Amino acid sequence: MSRVPDAALDVAARNPDALGAGRWEGVCRIHDLTPDRGVAALVDGVPVAVFLLSGGELLAIDDLDPFSGASVLSRGIVGDVAGEPTVASPVYKQRFLLRTGRCIEDPSVSVVTWPVRVRGGRVEVAVP
Amino acid sequence: MAPTIVVVGHGMVGHRFLEEAVARGLHETHRIVVLAEERRAAYDRVHLSSFFDGASTEDLALSPDEWFLDHGIELALGEPATELLVHERTIVTAAGRRIPYDACVLASGSSAFVPPIDGHDAAGCFVYRTLDDLEAIRAWASGASAGVVVGGGLLGLEAANAVRLLGLRTSVVEMAPRLMAVQLDDGGGRALRGHVDALGIEVHTGVAVAGVATTPDGRVAGLRLGGGEDAAERTLPAELVVFAAGIRPRDQLARVADLPVGERGGVVIDDRCATAAPGVYAIGEVACHSGRVYGLVAPGQVMAEVVADQIAGGGLTFAGADLSTRLKLLGVEVASVGNPHAEGHEIVVSDPLVGTWKRAVLDDEHRLVGAVLVGDAAPFGHLVSALRTGTAVTDALAMLSPPPVGGAAGPMADEASVCSCHNVCAGTIRGAVDDGHEEVPAVKACTKAGTGCGSCVPILQELIDEQLAASGRAVVRHLCPHFAMSRAELFDVVSVTGIRTFRELVERHGTGRGCEICKPAVASMFASLASGYILDGEQASLQDTNDHFLANLQRDGTYSVIPRIPGGEITPEKLIVIGEVARDFDLYTKITGGQRIDLLGARVDDLPAIWARLVAAGFESGHAYGKALRTVKSCVGTVWCRYGVQDSVQLAVDLELRYRGLRSPHKLKMAVSGCARECAEAQGKDVGVIATERGWNLYVGGNGGMRPAHAQLLAEDLDTETLVRSIDRYLMWYIRTADRLERTATWQRKLPGGIDQVRRVVMDDALGIGADLEADMARHVESYECEWTATLNDAERLSRFRSIVNDPEGAPLPTRVEIRGQRVPE
Repeated sequence: MSRVPDAALDVAARNPDALGAGRWEGVCRIHDLTPDRGVAALVDGVPVAVFLLSGGELLAIDDLDPFSGASVLSRGIVGDVAGEPTVASPVYKQRFLLRTGRCIEDPSVSVVTWPVRVRGGRVEVAVP
Repeated sequence: MAPTIVVVGHGMVGHRFLEEAVARGLHETHRIVVLAEERRAAYDRVHLSSFFDGASTEDLALSPDEWFLDHGIELALGEPATELLVHERTIVTAAGRRIPYDACVLASGSSAFVPPIDGHDAAGCFVYRTLDDLEAIRAWASGASAGVVVGGGLLGLEAANAVRLLGLRTSVVEMAPRLMAVQLDDGGGRALRGHVDALGIEVHTGVAVAGVATTPDGRVAGLRLGGGEDAAERTLPAELVVFAAGIRPRDQLARVADLPVGERGGVVIDDRCATAAPGVYAIGEVACHSGRVYGLVAPGQVMAEVVADQIAGGGLTFAGADLSTRLKLLGVEVASVGNPHAEGHEIVVSDPLVGTWKRAVLDDEHRLVGAVLVGDAAPFGHLVSALRTGTAVTDALAMLSPPPVGGAAGPMADEASVCSCHNVCAGTIRGAVDDGHEEVPAVKACTKAGTGCGSCVPILQELIDEQLAASGRAVVRHLCPHFAMSRAELFDVVSVTGIRTFRELVERHGTGRGCEICKPAVASMFASLASGYILDGEQASLQDTNDHFLANLQRDGTYSVIPRIPGGEITPEKLIVIGEVARDFDLYTKITGGQRIDLLGARVDDLPAIWARLVAAGFESGHAYGKALRTVKSCVGTVWCRYGVQDSVQLAVDLELRYRGLRSPHKLKMAVSGCARECAEAQGKDVGVIATERGWNLYVGGNGGMRPAHAQLLAEDLDTETLVRSIDRYLMWYIRTADRLERTATWQRKLPGGIDQVRRVVMDDALGIGADLEADMARHVESYECEWTATLNDAERLSRFRSIVNDPEGAPLPTRVEIRGQRVPE
């Protein structure tokens, strides 16, 4: 389901900077983010929900809520299910695992996850 | 053709027979026809006066209409039986139908006894027996200021409560020297009278009724007392008289059919509840067993069971009934056990300060023979158990002042009666819990306990909790997986520890990082405890999106905006501003049910500009996005209305400004009506206020929505200061103790003791927390600020209102289509 091709993820895993040359798009400054809260960013024209967890971890998934069709997942409440970070859609409250994009209430549904990192105080999302 | 059972009368006992018949499968082997005089199916006659305290006819109904259909029972409403032809085994109805029967069950009950005094049939004289009677009383009462009830027994006091609830000055006249002369002794009568006096009901005992005084056009003008030679006559002025001085069995059918009747009426029955005619039974108040007519519902219900069993071929018999009874009259617990007038060794526990009187009488072998309880009926179960087992009492004092169930005196015996209406004992309740019925409604449904007079419901709750605990299934009401405690417990933790960050709270008292359930719940507690702007610092991450953007999320990701319009009162200038803002930002507008205006379809990015215009025009946040006070609806009251008796708009505005921004477990709605016509629909609100000539009546615990609830009357004729103090306490107690997303109606229903407990805590300050609750509310009032004004004055707060972090234009408006002249989501 990932929007980033597997091959590219492999490269990123070995050498994250290999994706950097024009492949990472800066979206905002790290202090534009509130811990345990999301923002929506346009990445290559697609709305992406970027979350900063209180432990410092950055995660990003599609902003589009597949259940309501509205671009709102960045506005959900961040929590955890058995230690795994989640966001709950503010429309009909389905929860999505932030690390995998999978929906807890309906495991047949998942949203795309996006690689995200901080460079020089800027939050960057990988463009597929 | 299937054999036929005809049931004559559909009251509580007749209905109980149907239930017992169905329980034995008789509806599958027999045709069952019910002939009812009233146009309504059976309802709860024991609780008639609750009809004036918010209960609807549906609330009082004993079974839904489908029940009769589902069981193939032919219910003929408004078609009473007119003739019993015992030789032809046929019943004739008012509609002229002739129905041959195999079994006929007479359950026609009784009628009210009206003493043959002068003027007893004047316009304005009523009896108190059916819902139709109550409706007639209500209609007449709207033009009356005082009512007199003749009869100070059980029925008379119920009737007095009804008259009182209608807002009339109420008196009770009783010929006997005390109230409830049959069930109570002198001490009990005195204690009860103290409670009744305190309610403002005038009591006249030991006086005879001479007649009804009338106006020249034949309407009630008062009740004449005394008379005869020894007492001077005097008149109690009143426009309404209710006779509730006794009942007479409605045994006409049997009399005409020449069946034997008792000395004081009632069809004579044997232990099988059979009359002298083959196949004809009689049950309830129309029956006379061993020379006795029982005027209580419980013995009638036992008879109903006996007859159903007899028809089904069983051997159950009726051996007379113990008259032990426990009930709640005018909010006072009253019980009598065995023979309340017995003589013997007396043990009395009495506290005149709180109005309790508890007296037990033992015989020479120290066996209980009778007892009276007023003001505290908690010992009832133990007393009945002692009476039935006939064992010698060793510690009578402890028996009269038992600690709560499960306390040092040990649990109730399994055979101790819990519900005297349905004769259900503690063991049956425990069995139901063991079978998996873990909540009061489920236990009520399967045991019938608590479905009669309802006075045992708090005991049910205790027994259920006790049994769950005993079997290691203690009821846990955890807020969510991150906090192993209920919302009320967590609120106490927050309140007592002073912790005001979620992180500290979850680290010290919970686990994990929280979730969409506990975070907003905790944010709401912080807000209720007046901790400032709800989006500062870490609190921003706790709020759901509505609170986060101070607006209501719609299905397409846009938001709606509702400015506060206190009391629904708005100037033309402000109306114009709302119109202009809606036009300029392309918003759809609609009037809400709470007398305000909803502006829908705003982008996150436009919210600050929209609010800048609204705040500049003098508007404030309406908190439509929060679990908080929404609106205080009002009618125009004395300012314009020909009928208003108080200035309802002024009060509504004052209340809305006092409680605006108050965060609570769920949304709160209020209303103020300027007279009893109730145009503001206050009885459908969490807090409803209705003006009276003398002040304000306060209703609590109503709501519309998915499960509409009628508000219940908490207090009457309050002055404005007392009213506001009572609302302060009510709201803060609710905020402290309710579950998450639990509206006042549910919270109030689940409280052990219900509205009476609310009254004790809010009006009587029984828990001694009144001052605390008021102080909490004072802090809220003090610290209130308009969240939108605060947001607009702070650049950092404003920076949050961006739909797209890397595009200053923000997300485009979702596609719109036009309907009825406005633009809406596709």
